[in-house]
Amino acid sequence: MSVSTPAMATSVQEEDFDVGALQRALLAGSHGEGAVAAFTGYVRVSNDQREVHCMELEHYPGMTQRSIADIQQQACERWPLLATGVVHRVGKLYPGDQIVWVGVASAHREAAFSACEFIMDYLKTRAPFWKKELGPDGGRWVAAKAEDESRAVRWREDSAH
Amino acid sequence: MLKVLFFARIKEQLDCASLEVQWRSALADLDALQEELCAERGALWREVLAQDNMIRAVNQVVVPGNTPLGDGDEVAFFPPVTGG
Repeated sequence: MSVSTPAMATSVQEEDFDVGALQRALLAGSHGEGAVAAFTGYVRVSNDQREVHCMELEHYPGMTQRSIADIQQQACERWPLLATGVVHRVGKLYPGDQIVWVGVASAHREAAFSACEFIMDYLKTRAPFWKKELGPDGGRWVAAKAEDESRAVRWREDSAH
Repeated sequence: MLKVLFFARIKEQLDCASLEVQWRSALADLDALQEELCAERGALWREVLAQDNMIRAVNQVVVPGNTPLGDGDEVAFFPPVTGG
């Protein structure tokens, strides 16, 4: 019996998204799902006690789609997955807005949970997006966090065992 | 031609989103290109491009160190990413 290639959907877009529709799309036309694990990221109301009025998300067109698809592909190679989907918004976003969605379908929950977390950890450290917070005192580029890098690195260490 | 792109804080500091460089064999690798840009454009460019944590990509793939370049390549300079 051949194993079919997991379905993969990737979108970088300005428009908002509907997580229900995305989850249904993840499952469309396939069989055997026992589990879907999904994550949605939102624009925080404030960061480091600084009021955020607006966030601008810049990206590297072309490389963003490629790097996200590559991350999804890596997840499919590490875990037995049936489908993955990622949507990442760009442009001007406001507190409470949805920024990113990651969905993973698998026969079992362990793979779904792990792959979803892996994709998010790699999205935060490998995909070429940059956030700029616009507040009452002007704009400030968000700094990359060492903690995000450690979370990404641990997937490398885990795979070595 | 080489297409060179700058993003985020780097783009602001250089006041430049993109430029094109006529490729020739002397621009054999990324370090040579970076050196040429600095020599042509002066101290600010040298300072900005020498920043710690600068990330370089060739043809939309991040490269850890010096990398050969050829005519038609796309190069990008950017700070650590903050998506997700």
